[in-house]
Amino acid sequence: MNMIQLLNIRKVFNMGRPNEFTAIHGVSLSIHPHQVTALKGPSGSGKTTLLSILGCMARPTSGRIMLFDREITSLPERFLTEIRRKTFGFVFQQFHLIKGITVLENVMLPAYPGGEGYGALRKRAMEILDLLSLSKKASSRVEWLSGGEAQRTAIARALINRPSVMIADEPTGHLDSRLSQEFMQIMGRLKQDRKTILIASHDPIVHESETVDRVIEMRDGRII
Amino acid sequence: MWIEKQGNIIDFTLSSLLRRKRKNLALISVYMLVIFFFASVMFFTHAIKKEASIILKEAPEMVVQKMAGGRHELIPLGYIEQIKEIRGAHSVKGRLWGYYYDPVAGANFTLMVPGEGEVEQGGIAVGKGVSRVRFLDEEDEMEFMASDGEVFGLKVKQIFSPESELVSSDLILISEEDFRKLFGMVKGVATDIVLSVRNPKELSTIALKIAERLPDTRIILREEMLRTYEMVFNWRGGMMLVVLSGTLLAFIIFSWDRASGLSAEERREIGILKAIGWETSDVILMKFWEGTVISVSSFFVGVFLAYLHVFFLSSPLFEPALKGWAILYPKFKLIPFIDFYQIATLFFFTVVPYTGATIIPSWRAATIDPDSVMRT
Ligand SMILES: Nc1ncnc2c1ncn2[C@@H]1O[C@H](COP(=O)(O)OP(=O)(O)OP(=O)(O)O)[C@@H](O)[C@H]1O
Ligand SMILES: [Mg+2]
Repeated sequence: MNMIQLLNIRKVFNMGRPNEFTAIHGVSLSIHPHQVTALKGPSGSGKTTLLSILGCMARPTSGRIMLFDREITSLPERFLTEIRRKTFGFVFQQFHLIKGITVLENVMLPAYPGGEGYGALRKRAMEILDLLSLSKKASSRVEWLSGGEAQRTAIARALINRPSVMIADEPTGHLDSRLSQEFMQIMGRLKQDRKTILIASHDPIVHESETVDRVIEMRDGRII
Repeated sequence: MWIEKQGNIIDFTLSSLLRRKRKNLALISVYMLVIFFFASVMFFTHAIKKEASIILKEAPEMVVQKMAGGRHELIPLGYIEQIKEIRGAHSVKGRLWGYYYDPVAGANFTLMVPGEGEVEQGGIAVGKGVSRVRFLDEEDEMEFMASDGEVFGLKVKQIFSPESELVSSDLILISEEDFRKLFGMVKGVATDIVLSVRNPKELSTIALKIAERLPDTRIILREEMLRTYEMVFNWRGGMMLVVLSGTLLAFIIFSWDRASGLSAEERREIGILKAIGWETSDVILMKFWEGTVISVSSFFVGVFLAYLHVFFLSSPLFEPALKGWAILYPKFKLIPFIDFYQIATLFFFTVVPYTGATIIPSWRAATIDPDSVMRT
């Protein structure tokens, strides 16, 4: 079974306008489950664009997407959001934590619309923070966190809805090499937990890591 | 499920509100102030109208005054017999009342002779306002100076706290003998004559008949008094409302601006929420709760403060605008009357538009594509 399958995906920005730009040119790709897949390529090659299509964040201009062999290409927005919430956990380059609230609240945030009881949710969030050695920081505000702590908080938040796929875009962009290695170690642990992981990165630490099973290279919106 | 979802989202809303403390406090204070002014005017005019209707409920249906040279004069008691002869008129009685200037308090009191036997000679019953300004307790003596210069004391037998302070705060009930002595009024005359009418339809016919029989009198109907009062109160209250409508308009513009101008930070947050799996409707729900918490809490605090202002502190802010006619009452207190219909109206015209003003811009922000977050 394929986790995610892309068939002849094209993404065109500003279609029909003078600044029309094709970011993805007919990409077909299968993502295997329980593996770490890295997307590699120069800046502007379309990594982020492809990742957001894989994660149901953006719709392709044409082509088809299958998730667990089920076609999801033309599902309405509401269903896509639900799929995104249940299936994917995202780690962004800038982490995008919400300032002014605690680490714990940030971690719980993606689960609020699911309607789970607060107590159970809190317990689960604490367990995840514990796994990432963040339990001591649970009630700190995110502004005070170090880079590594902020990153682990972002990972914890991505894990709260028990996603089967983790998606990370340039996760090591703001980290020094020690923290980058630590990130890859955490990804290794998640792989052991049978998560499927997708990482877009220029960083050789990512590509060369033994955690990564497969490196896909991109150039000018195509896979090479 | 549903309840938990609301609970979780409200939880986040509250901590969101706390994060933007300064902005939200400013918002709540302005909001509260507007509600406070509106509710104060509403409470005040409504309570005053209620007081007036209490006064008038006890007022006689018809008052006959004798006129001389266009001015109100003492009326001979002989007129009573003549009025009694008119069919349909009954309980025709002479009334004795007047104003007494008290140099100690520097105020005018209303003196009135009640029905027979209610106050005995040498005694008086005084309203709360009188006892307050003159520091009178029961069994104290109050000095009066008669029109011939003689000073004499009357004993306070009772201090009454009546249904409406507006009516009887300045009232002194006195016996007929003492009244006549005080004002040097001869027997056989009264201040005016009052009567009732059996059938209200006959009011104007009877008034006409009295006017024919006693051409030197003027007849005042209760209905006319009622209309005059209503006009005065409506006009004064109306003026205040015009002024306040301006305030409300300013408030709507202000809140629109405050609520609709989402800051870059708030937009970013909405983007993040969308990206981590919140639906557009969840974001709107959160903004809805945010608007509701702000407007409902300001509303109730504002109404509560207005209640204190009007009914416990005697509306210090409105005294010049609304209460020109009352000079006497140093601690004039209105009886708390609340019209829930008015409160509901105020609620509808403030809370609803405000909540709307917060939702619409968030709705626009919430429909942005979640992937935009990946590019910032
Ligand atoms: N919303 C958009 N409108 C127009 N052009 C866009 C938009 N989003 C992306 N692009 C263009 O698509 C191309 C691919 O962008 P993308 O962000 O996917 O590249 P990337 O491989 O992630 O680059 P980087 O390594 O710098 O993050 C770029 O040339 C970019 O300018
Ligand atoms: Mg990118």
